[in-house]
Order: sequence, then structure tokens, then C-alpha cells
Amino acid sequence: MNNDANQTLEIVKSGLARRRRRETRFRWYGRIAIFIAMAFLALLLFSILARGISAFQQTYIAVDVYLNPEELAPPTPEHLGKVDFEGLIRQSLRETFPEVTGRRQKRALYRLVSSSAAYELRDWVLQHPDQLGKAVTIWVLAGSDVDMYMKGAVDVSVPEDQRRLKDDQIRWIEQLRQQGRLDLRFNKVFFLNGDSREPEQAGILVAFKGSLYMMIVTLALSFPLGIAAAIYLEEFAPKKNFWVDMVEININNLAAVPSIVFGLLGLAVFLGYFGLPRSTPLVGGLTLTLMTLPTVIIASRAALTAVPPSIREAALGVGASRTQTVFHHVLPLAMPGMLTGAIIGMARALGETAPLLMIGMVAFIVDPPQGLLDPATALPVQIYLWADSPERGFVERTSAAIIVLLVFLGLMNLLAVLLRRRLEKRW
Amino acid sequence: MSTIMNTVEEFVETMEPQGKSVADSEQGYHTVGEFSIAEPRISCRHVNVFYGEKQALFDINLDIGQRQVIALIGPSGCGKSTFLRCLNRMNDIIEGCRVEGKIQLDNQDIYSKDMDPVILRARVGMVFQKPNPFPKSIYDNVAYGPRIHGLASNRTELDEIVETSLKRAGLWKEVRDRLDHPATGLSGGQQQRLCIARAIAVEPEVVLMDEPCSALDPIATATIEQLIDELRERYTIVIVTHSMQQAARVSQRTAYFHLGKLIEVGQTSRIFTNPRHPLTEDYITGRFG
Repeated sequence: MNNDANQTLEIVKSGLARRRRRETRFRWYGRIAIFIAMAFLALLLFSILARGISAFQQTYIAVDVYLNPEELAPPTPEHLGKVDFEGLIRQSLRETFPEVTGRRQKRALYRLVSSSAAYELRDWVLQHPDQLGKAVTIWVLAGSDVDMYMKGAVDVSVPEDQRRLKDDQIRWIEQLRQQGRLDLRFNKVFFLNGDSREPEQAGILVAFKGSLYMMIVTLALSFPLGIAAAIYLEEFAPKKNFWVDMVEININNLAAVPSIVFGLLGLAVFLGYFGLPRSTPLVGGLTLTLMTLPTVIIASRAALTAVPPSIREAALGVGASRTQTVFHHVLPLAMPGMLTGAIIGMARALGETAPLLMIGMVAFIVDPPQGLLDPATALPVQIYLWADSPERGFVERTSAAIIVLLVFLGLMNLLAVLLRRRLEKRW
Repeated sequence: MSTIMNTVEEFVETMEPQGKSVADSEQGYHTVGEFSIAEPRISCRHVNVFYGEKQALFDINLDIGQRQVIALIGPSGCGKSTFLRCLNRMNDIIEGCRVEGKIQLDNQDIYSKDMDPVILRARVGMVFQKPNPFPKSIYDNVAYGPRIHGLASNRTELDEIVETSLKRAGLWKEVRDRLDHPATGLSGGQQQRLCIARAIAVEPEVVLMDEPCSALDPIATATIEQLIDELRERYTIVIVTHSMQQAARVSQRTAYFHLGKLIEVGQTSRIFTNPRHPLTEDYITGRFG
């Protein structure tokens, strides 16, 4: 080794420590960034779960009723519709607490039970006509205040005149609890009901079905349209053509347009011009398709570009036509990427609120939609509506709805991953 | 580089036409050697190729004979690949590429309106520089061409075509037991032979090979070269190569391209022993390239 080489080595060595330090430092920056991101995610999930998990249980209250056959027979829907079940439940409550007198006191007592209890009792009788003439104990929904108290969400140290639940009511609740007449059970109502003014009766079925229908419409329209557009632009359209360039620029710009603008477009075109019914999943899906389409096209084009040109050459080389080349070779290879793009677009559409507000999907809807043309809301809109409500019972339901939305998203992503796996395995 | 340019210019100025072996052209250069032969399979006359404004090939005249191997040699960027891709219109898919002149396959103009590129490419197959099997099974790779052209009416016929093609490509023994395995799992040399099998499965008349061995090791190269020699009995083969030894080993005729011009063409033995043009001589003696 000569002197020059030794010198070079010295110079390199002297700088080596600094280079290593820089590398280590950079690695730590990366780790810290990831840690911060994960911490925020964990915080978000924790706070949502902590607030919302309790909504998956609901307080039920046991009432004893005597099913008087003289009043209730025959147990047909027409006849039972005229029976005063509310009276029966109130009577049962009065019998449980004989010491309660006075109109105010009694009204406070009746509020322990949800207003839907009468319907629950009626439905129960309809299903069990053989129980007529017997004294039965059935479990009905408790009022939201009771539910909140049972979940420990009522602060008893607050002066009585500043809280909804009065001291008397708390005493009764404790009494009922000791008798085993109050119970936290799985909250079916949350999954089977539509919206309601009463928190304990409010559920997400309308929103869930609305979102599901909209996703179906959006997927069925934006995926084939987006892929067809991407294939044409990428594989067939002449390059360096003014009109093709214009189309490309516009698609890229559309992807960046605020979503509420698409809502306005949907309002003007689908509701205004075509006269489609308001607040329906069909219109919501169409509007979200407009919003999703640019994303799907851009992602699909990226997936097509990623297919190596050698595959196209190979297919053309054995005499495949351009269409055959695309459909036999390019498209199958690009499909996993296209699916990812579509799912990203769908996930964005699922979480979208603003355009739906414009087309009237923000309505208060109790009955679940039976089809694409029935009024419905969407999960994010329902969250928005509940988050606006002052009742304590809606706070946990808001978080619970967010959990459902996140699970929905998670399932969609899982489906995408599974589909990708399957498609990729074929090669 | 400028010295080479000067050489070309000087040469062009001093060159005298020598009977039928030299072509006259507007560009004022002449191909040395016998570009024209009797009963050619492919015949190219006055072929000019442009990529947008840039001219890539200048007035190429070349005949390609039946059942023989012609090697196209020359330094990088000389236009030999461009010329090769003209022969099955693979240049069609390149935006802004324009081909002028006349290229005839069995006396039929391949750039005429009546010629469907799909049919042309079935008659003129191609093997590429990098092995590019479809990401499918070995069987499907070979069967793809016959399938889309409808060459087999049933599964048995298709099986036969696949077997014959793989046998001709010298790959049958190695893959016979795993036809349903993915082609991408084969070695580089095997993949390239699979690509050859895929190309000959549609029974082309001509097989174009664009540096088929450049991505392969010497042993795989030797196998492919031997294969080319065998395939010569059935097909006309045009091979682009960077290796002059390869050209000398596999080809009967050799064409030397330089800066988009066809400088010299002739019998391989003659070109390598007695090059007439100084550029050819410089190249094959390794003075540049």
C-alpha cells in the first residue's frame, strides 16, 4: 500500500464516526415519528372505545304484569293495538313502589321505564298468546337516565336541581337493583332500531343499511367505470393528444375537489334535473360515485403503468391484439393494485358526510330502508346527528357508532387484502 | 465519436458504386456487399424510420433469405433493434414512430392496409432481450399463442402443440413433469427457451431475436445458440447480437449497422475474414463498439 492510499484511508476513517452518528440519528428520527403516530392512533382508539363500549350494553328493567284475558283476548294485532299497555306497566310500577303518591312523584317513577316499554310488552304478548291469564315478569328497556346511572355516568355529588335524575329516582333504582330487577344486557336495540329521540331507543340500523346500500351503488358504478376509463386512457388513447391531455388534467383536478362540491352537483343533477327521491341511498351512492371515480381512475392507471412493458410486448409478439393483450395479461396483473385503489376510494366514500348533507340524507329516519329508493341516513351522518344531541345517552352512542363505522372500514380493508391475496396467488 | 463520423463522411465521399452489390440512395451512402439475394423471405427497400423528428434508420435495403440465420451487428444505438422491430411492426406501439419504405414478407407489403399486425406477428414471431414469460404456468405460456389464434380444436391437439414446441426449443425434458408450474420459477436460460417455444408454437415463418442471450450466462448462451442452429432448418431467423463471436457462430449472413445505416452485409464467413468497409473492419477487430 503506498502513501496516497494510506492518506485516503485516514481521511475516510476520520469521517466515519460522524457518518455513523448521522445514520443512527436518522434511524431514531424514524422510530420517534412512528412512535408518535402510533401513540396518537392508540389514544384515538382508546378514547373512542372507552366512551363507546358501554353502549353495547343496555339496562333492562323487570316489570310484573298480570295478563288479564278479559282485556287482552283475542291476542290479534288489531285488538292489542287498542289495549293500554302503558297503563299496565305503570300499574306494575305503582305496585312495586306502593309508597309513591302524588302526580309529580308518579311521573318521575314512570320515567324509569322507556316509552317503548308498552310496545315491547305488546309484542311479547303477541308472541306468547298462551301466557294470557297469567302473571308474568318481563324485561323491558329502562329509561336512558336509569341506564346512565347503572353505567356510572351520573355524578350524584351534583346538587339535585342540576341533574336530570332526582334523589327519589336514585333511591328507587337502588331498591330495584337490590331486588335484582335491573340488569345490563347486550344492546340489541342499538343494532335493530333506527334513529329515535330517546337515546335508549336509538339504533344504527337505518344508518348502517343506508351506508351499505350506498357502498353497493358506489362500488357497482365507480369500479367498472373507473377501470374502463383507466384502461382506455392508459392503453388505447393516443398519447400527446390535446383532448386526452385535457381529460387527464380534469380527472386529476377532480380528485382534489372538496367533497361538498360533489354534493352540490348531486343535488343539482340527480335531485334537481332527474328528479330522483331525496335522502335515498341511490342518490347518495351516485353522488359518492362522482366523488370516488377520479380516485379509482388514478389508482387504476398507476396499477396499469406498473405492469412491465415486457409483458405487453410478449403478448403482442405472439400475435395477440391490443384488447387481448390488455384483458389476458395486463389487467390480471394490474387487478390487485386496482382493487386497492377502489377500496381506498370506497373507504373515503364511506366516511364522507358533507355531500350527503347536500342531498338530504341528514334526515331523522326511524324505519330501516327496504331498498335503494327508501329514505335512509349514513353512518357518518348519524354520528354527526348524535354528536349534536345534548342527552348523555347519545354521547356513548356516538362513540359506539364510530366503533361500528371503524369495524365496517376494517372489514372492507380485510376483504381487499383477502381479494389481493387470492388474485396474486394465481400467478 | 467524431473520428468515426469523419470516417463515415470520408468514406461516403470516396466510395464508388460497385455494380449490383451497391445500392444507390438519396442519402448518398452505399451498402457494401450483397444485400439482395434470390428468393428472399423478407425484402426491405428504402426503409427509413423516424422517432418523432429524429431519424433512426436511413434507407435500409436488405433481403433476408429462407431457412437461414442473419445476424445484425453493430454498436449500441446503431438501429439494429429498431430495424428488427420493423419486421413485425412492433414499432407500431411506440408513439411517434414512423416507418417509410417497403418491407415485403413473401412479396406482401407488411405495412399495407390489408396487412393485419396480428396476422403478421403470428407469421413473424419474436424473442426479446430479457426473458419475458407470462406470469402463468409453463403450459399456458406455450399454449397462449395457439389458443388466441385458434390453432387447436381440442385439448389433445393443444397438448401436442405444446409438446412439439417445447421439444423444438429443447426444454421438454426439463419441464415435462411440471408443466403446471409457474414459468417465472424457471432459470433465466430456461425462461428464454420457453419464450422461444412460445414464439414457435404458432408456427411462424420468421423468428426475430433481439439479443436473446444478453441476460444469460455462457452455458445457457451455448444452449440457445445450439438451439438457433437447429431451428434454422424450419424457420428464418433474424438475430440481433452484441457478441461478434455469437454472430460468427450462429449466422450464415451478417449485416453491420452503424449510426442508423446499413454499412455492410454479406456471408458471415466473408464479413469476419474479409470485411470490405473500414467501419466494419474497425468494429469486428474491436477497435470500437
